[in-house]
Amino acid sequence: MAEQKGSLTSSEVLNNYTIEEVNTDLLIVGGGMAGCGAAFEIKKWAPKDMKITMVEKAAIERGGAVAQGLSAINTYLGDNQPEDYVKMVSNDLMGITREDLVYDVGRHVDSSVHLFEKLGLPIMKEDEEDKRTLAEGAKPLRAGKWQIMIHGESFKVLVAEAARKAIGEENIYERVFIIRLLMDEKNPNRVAGAIGFSLREAKIYIYKAKAVMMACGGAVNVFRPRSQAEGMGRTWYALWNAGSTYAMGFEAGAEMTTMENRFVPNRFKDGYGPVGAWFTLFKSRVKNAYGDDYMQKWGELLKDYPPYGLSHVPATCLWNHVMLKDWHEGNGPFYMDTSGAIKALFETLPEKRKKTLESDAWEDFLDMTVAQAGLWAAMDIDPKETNSEVMPTEPYLLGSHAGACGMWVSGPSDIAPKEWQWGYNRMTTVNGLFTAGDGVGASGHKFSSGSFTEGRIAGKSAVKFILDDSGFTPTIHTDNKVLAEEIYGPMITFEKYKNYSTESSINPYYISPRLYLFRLNKIMDEYVAGTSTFYRTNEKSLLRGLELLNKLKADSKNLAAGNLHDLMRAWENYHRSVVGELHLRHILFREETRYPGFYYRMDHQKLDEENWRVFVNSKMNKTTGEIEVFKKPWQEIVPKN
Amino acid sequence: MPSFVIAEKCDGCKGRDKTACQYICPNDLMVLNKDIMKAYNQEPEQCWECYNCVKICPQSAVEIRAYQDFAPMGSSVIPLRASDSIMWTVKYRNGSLKRFKFPIRTTPEGGIDPYQGISDVNPDDLNSNLLCDEAGKTLSVPKK
Repeated sequence: MAEQKGSLTSSEVLNNYTIEEVNTDLLIVGGGMAGCGAAFEIKKWAPKDMKITMVEKAAIERGGAVAQGLSAINTYLGDNQPEDYVKMVSNDLMGITREDLVYDVGRHVDSSVHLFEKLGLPIMKEDEEDKRTLAEGAKPLRAGKWQIMIHGESFKVLVAEAARKAIGEENIYERVFIIRLLMDEKNPNRVAGAIGFSLREAKIYIYKAKAVMMACGGAVNVFRPRSQAEGMGRTWYALWNAGSTYAMGFEAGAEMTTMENRFVPNRFKDGYGPVGAWFTLFKSRVKNAYGDDYMQKWGELLKDYPPYGLSHVPATCLWNHVMLKDWHEGNGPFYMDTSGAIKALFETLPEKRKKTLESDAWEDFLDMTVAQAGLWAAMDIDPKETNSEVMPTEPYLLGSHAGACGMWVSGPSDIAPKEWQWGYNRMTTVNGLFTAGDGVGASGHKFSSGSFTEGRIAGKSAVKFILDDSGFTPTIHTDNKVLAEEIYGPMITFEKYKNYSTESSINPYYISPRLYLFRLNKIMDEYVAGTSTFYRTNEKSLLRGLELLNKLKADSKNLAAGNLHDLMRAWENYHRSVVGELHLRHILFREETRYPGFYYRMDHQKLDEENWRVFVNSKMNKTTGEIEVFKKPWQEIVPKN
Repeated sequence: MPSFVIAEKCDGCKGRDKTACQYICPNDLMVLNKDIMKAYNQEPEQCWECYNCVKICPQSAVEIRAYQDFAPMGSSVIPLRASDSIMWTVKYRNGSLKRFKFPIRTTPEGGIDPYQGISDVNPDDLNSNLLCDEAGKTLSVPKK
């Protein structure tokens, strides 16, 4: 809250700001995997004079969910068919998926993985001596049916270098935060740009564009995290995912889908290191405090959820469901049996692989969750000797990993039924607004490679959209004073009241971004099925939560920011609160428990295939500003049996 | 484990056009205190411990100290990132050490040609569902 050194203070900004207008054809908001995929693909299709601009709140080398690196690519089909991929995703997401979109990712994704290898990503091979690339026929080291192991510390650096070269350094605006999209004045359902501010200078940006491809990730820290001091930064998904994609899309009028879905990963406790390789590559199991395998003990529970619980690999939420049962029986804590797994592997592995086993296990953490390696060191854990605790985390809202939040988009012309296509693949229901990765709902399990691929699909399709309507010029009239008062609102509030109290963080006239976040986290946790209720809620709780959330959102007008960094936090946390309400409203609407283990409607505990095998979508009524929530029919594209 | 800056080692990237840690932090945490020309982490509880500031610091002045609300004291994890590989030194609380080295890229830094081996697209394919490196490919559709 204080006026810190380094980041420009509110008084410095308010006294000196300038406004820059950038006219472009296509604006890419967000330079993560999807944004970089779009940048790469677009340049090949766009005519030379088409202007492409990218905006990112960080540096693209280390921005987005892959900023730290990755130890695996979770979507590489190889010898699998796209049909099988659709079946896996559909089952994991309890039957509610847009199979056209999933299939589309599946049929393109391998070409993106081959591209990554060409850019310089070291991909581990089944036979270490095989020097060929995957494209040349080498077999990857599989961690699972869909996952391949990589040396991915610099994965994002490579992808960003390609994107930077594709669209040109001069077209990339880093350290600019976008607060909302702009609509065309002549076409109320057409996007025409975006507004934001620089985090480094006293500068407002107005981007005018014929189309916008927006992909700024999912939503982290909407719920109260398990750690409440320093450790609250150690979220499982990248914590700079502030829900901006969903909040800005929704406010622009885009139809949202499956926002009731969430992901509650079961991860190494506190460090939130990956468990995937431990399960699939190292063949480890999780056991309760008494050494029992909870799945063997309570596996019968899976039969309550046909067909999702009966499949060869039951849906992820159901694994949590079974573990939570054992937990409620008093059998925690739970441990990943790393010592047992390593012992067993040593009996079967060839000599050569034994040597690399230890370093493979550590690299799994060091490539993507260094904190977990640090925690092992702090706890003196040698995985050969000592097992590590695992625990389900706080809920995360996203659309690219094992979750399905996002916007409702048009599907591919050769797969999607007519109800699901309105001309341009991956265009939302707002004309000219495209999205990908975490932004596209009801089609999870894309991960890094699938998000990049979907960015490519959306980017290409945005080029076609622009060319098909080449006569269009965005009509936007902005009053500079009004615009500055909106964007810098929290700074104006801070300046107006900061001297009222002797300590700027305690002031009756405003709320700091930090306290706004804590209040949101508390509401979501206590009323919307967070960790403190073991993910349980009911209609009454949700309605009470909604009351409190509405008061919080009303208080967003009193957010205060003493410098540019805090200004970003103010807008990010506002976005998080918009997403929190969407999540709540969707859960309230879906009167069943579709994702047991992720959340429970205690007043509707059954999975209700008859009434609820449908999408739950929502949209803002632009006249009233209210959210409308409704059902949308589900269709099967790939037969399951 | 928030990042911290060792006062003695940080020179504020004086000789450079930008402060490296401030440039790279994905969460805008690192800032330069211009009065003393040293960087610091302005919001430790929002640190993901992604190590990007640690990896990029030309003075090796940035390190990570374990999140004290759940980690016992005394360990450290220190990277040394070169152009094609990264070396990690993991020091346990009990003093034991582990070292690992992993490749990070097979192409020279800055040496990427994104479209190498990809021919120019046929503009007519803009109406198809093919991506730029899939020219001539027959795309599958779901089997009924």
